[in-house]
Amino acid sequence: MTILTKEEAKKIIDKVLSFSKADEMSVALSGGRTGNIRYARNSVSTSGESYNLSLSITAVFGKRSGTSTINEFDDKSLEKAVRRAEEIARLAPENPEFVPALGPQQYVDPASFSQKTADISPDYRASAAFDSIDPCSKKNLTAAGYMEDRTGFNAIGNSKGLFGYNKATSVDFSITVRTADGLGSGYAIRDFNDVSKLSTKQATEIAMQKAMASTSARALEPGKYTVILEPAASIDLLQNMMRSMDARNADEGRSFLSKKGGGIRLGEKLFDERVNIYSDPMNLEIPGSPFAGDGRPQEKVYWIENGVVKNLTYSRYWAEKKGVKAVPNPGGFIMAGGTESLADLIKGTEKGILVTRFWYIRAVDPQTLLYTGLTRDGTFYIENGQIKYPIKNFRFNESPVIMLNNLEAMGKPTRIGGSLVPPLKIRDFTFSSLSDAV
Amino acid sequence: MRRRDFIQLSGMGLGALMGASAIPVLGNVVPAEHLIGSGVDVATKKRLADVALNAAKSKGATYTDVRIGRYLQQYLFTRENKVQNVVNAESYGVGIRVIANGTWGFSATSDVTPEGIAKCAETAVSIAKANSKIQKEPVVLAPQKGVGEVSWKTPLKKNSFEVPVQEKIDLLMNVNGEAMKNGAAFVTSNLFFINEQKYFASTDGSYIDQDVHRIWPTFTVTAIDKQAGKFKTRDAISSPMGMGYEYLDGLASEKIAGPNGLVGYRNSYDMVEDAIFAAKQAKEKLTAKSVMAGKYDLVLDPNHLGLTIHESVGHPLELDRVLGYEANYAGTSFATLDKWKTKSFNYGSKLVNIVADKTQPYTLGTVGYDDEGVPCKEWDLIKDGVLVNYQAIRDQVNILGEKESHGCCYADNWDSVQFQRMPNVSLRPGKEKLNVQDMIKGVEKGIYIIGRGSYSIDQQRYNFQFGGQLFYEIKNGQIAGMVDDVAYQSNTQEFWNSCAQICDKDDYRTFGSFFDGKGQPSQVSAVSHGSATTRFNGVNVINTGRKI
Repeated sequence: MTILTKEEAKKIIDKVLSFSKADEMSVALSGGRTGNIRYARNSVSTSGESYNLSLSITAVFGKRSGTSTINEFDDKSLEKAVRRAEEIARLAPENPEFVPALGPQQYVDPASFSQKTADISPDYRASAAFDSIDPCSKKNLTAAGYMEDRTGFNAIGNSKGLFGYNKATSVDFSITVRTADGLGSGYAIRDFNDVSKLSTKQATEIAMQKAMASTSARALEPGKYTVILEPAASIDLLQNMMRSMDARNADEGRSFLSKKGGGIRLGEKLFDERVNIYSDPMNLEIPGSPFAGDGRPQEKVYWIENGVVKNLTYSRYWAEKKGVKAVPNPGGFIMAGGTESLADLIKGTEKGILVTRFWYIRAVDPQTLLYTGLTRDGTFYIENGQIKYPIKNFRFNESPVIMLNNLEAMGKPTRIGGSLVPPLKIRDFTFSSLSDAV
Repeated sequence: MRRRDFIQLSGMGLGALMGASAIPVLGNVVPAEHLIGSGVDVATKKRLADVALNAAKSKGATYTDVRIGRYLQQYLFTRENKVQNVVNAESYGVGIRVIANGTWGFSATSDVTPEGIAKCAETAVSIAKANSKIQKEPVVLAPQKGVGEVSWKTPLKKNSFEVPVQEKIDLLMNVNGEAMKNGAAFVTSNLFFINEQKYFASTDGSYIDQDVHRIWPTFTVTAIDKQAGKFKTRDAISSPMGMGYEYLDGLASEKIAGPNGLVGYRNSYDMVEDAIFAAKQAKEKLTAKSVMAGKYDLVLDPNHLGLTIHESVGHPLELDRVLGYEANYAGTSFATLDKWKTKSFNYGSKLVNIVADKTQPYTLGTVGYDDEGVPCKEWDLIKDGVLVNYQAIRDQVNILGEKESHGCCYADNWDSVQFQRMPNVSLRPGKEKLNVQDMIKGVEKGIYIIGRGSYSIDQQRYNFQFGGQLFYEIKNGQIAGMVDDVAYQSNTQEFWNSCAQICDKDDYRTFGSFFDGKGQPSQVSAVSHGSATTRFNGVNVINTGRKI
């Protein structure tokens, strides 16, 4: 059994701590099951299931720390692992940025576990794949997809009395459908904590429609266009920006949030005033982890409010040095949007381009958060509120900071990659060249 | 049992360097001295392997291979005068792959006992039988004659794992100190060491024991102009190698003198010297002229061109991609079978000869046998500019009408199933005597690019955009100074057909990718790409400078 209860996990952690001779000891215990099924050319290519239960022990002497990991849980093995962590710690160099472990914390209790996901069987995975492959085979389309489900727990504890436990499930599904002549391709992606919200058939139907509608694509000239970015397209750019909100990098002068002449751009209005991004572990659509890896509680945090940068992430060391609250990196984030559907946004667009997703996104300039990448699996020209015809894929060179200043409209947020993101209508989005790829 | 942790590198400067956004750590964390030695002896491994082969056969498998693997990793992370982390990890277990009812089945276990292995073999057969119900065509496996009991080892002078951790820390502290002394505001430096101790056995009658070593030293230097609110970085121009710690000897005989005092490194790297160059060059980048967009002749250093070869030749010629097995993730390929069948598809100009190989000394892809027991070899992918072959493994090569696998099957751990991975893919050097200085003399309007920068390519490998670490403008046959904000965009076939000149073998060096990602769930692999400095005419250069 690799999913331990809170009590079982606490018992093991307490046992480990009882063996400690170190100044300080922290323990992380995690385990679970991961299952997957992969298919291509309308046939299952690989599928598997793996189980894991592992314990990581960190011992501290002064400013020296050492970590050992183990996956055996009898008393003798646990004690051996404690001694090994202590031995590694004694030999380690001093860490001038060492921060002592946290004492007991209060954690929220997000609804991140679903029994239905925990109950997924190999047969369930096979039928989920069949529901996706079968409609494609019948229409002479080719399906390639992947589903991965995870059921697991995380427990942390230390010699100062901190203890935390969380149990969570998740399922990720993505599907690419291609036409037999290779001229059309469509895509859909879903992720949930509760697998009963996932219909591989419905997601596949969207990918099928996009594949069939994207053949005979026409070439448009590269340039600046009004775009409607589906959440699967905007998520990577937004996520990259959210991951660049580290205060230390900004203070050190090597971030898009560093100020000319020194200082940071906290409190500055950097985006359109309708941009609001926050994180909340208790959100019912994207329930997150109650704690960060080092034991800091996850709370509701506003990162961008009415276009103004409200918070940056801090390591505990840097926060202490700066005398501010040590806000950890969030799990997912929520970008507030409107009430309109994607269809409504299209209806309200005179001329524009609908983007299903972006691909191969890479940083070009960290100073301006300029990224490059390409459209893929369903790019369409919109005229007078209607999708007119499919277009060839474009390469873009754009910064999420510029993009969120050129905001025209937002739709209703949907879950994507563990975050909630609205479809975005953006003006002057920069496409720099054409791609022949389908 | 599976343990796969990731060290997040955001904010550490290395994020953009990796195929993956995080560095994978496999297995349990152990003390450094635990990484010395070879673990279980060969006779015991053979006995355990036979348990798997017999157990699978008795359950109905028509083919079985078993890999008993001990995978060792040591990673060091530092910044300025601090050691951030030293990770020593060991992963040990068995992966068993079978064919039953004409279908693959795979299972893996960390229980390396006769009982654990027999049970694992049984599971692999049951998975094969279950999947055979929805299998459309049975697996066609290219024949492979058993090679008997053999062994292979990376030719090493100094086993990296036997070098004390303190010596490695001292080197990195020296690298960081010199960078800071020479104008860096910040520096991160890292050492990555990998040792794969792999035992392979199959029902073909092969028992192969291999000891594979890899090394990657690297750093990122940052220079800052606070007043202007600007920062610039310069990454190491080292290459990951299939070598021991001797790669860090910094031998003068392995240095290649370039124009303007620039230095390239062949099979020996001077990390401290490169850090000093990096600090000075990062500072120079702060005031470098922003490039004027337009068409330029590009002179590409091997330490830059390697990644362009990787993305625009290596990946599109993976046969599983061409067939559609990666359609939902990495994508498919423009280099379709019908193009190959014409025997006249001009991938590049007549100068372009690109070879796949797993035998070249000091490279990341080189081993004696691949992960399905096939002896490794060299073969042509592009000959005189024409597409002539792909990369294929035992269950694909029949599609090409060939009877022998190319020997490029790989799994990143004992608990990962082996599949087709890129061998070393390299551009052959030019036949005529030519060095970089002479090549530059012939360029009227050009840019000389060194080092790995931002890179992006579409899912069928037509349109790409590449940046670099260092850019020098060439005017009338001479280097006119450093420029910045450079990226070039092209189309694979157009780009390789614009190849106009290649330096000779004396300029030849390898570039490497240490954590190349592929598959779902994703697996990493390490691969080298050799080339000499090469000229491409009339390539579209864009300016990447922006204001926010």
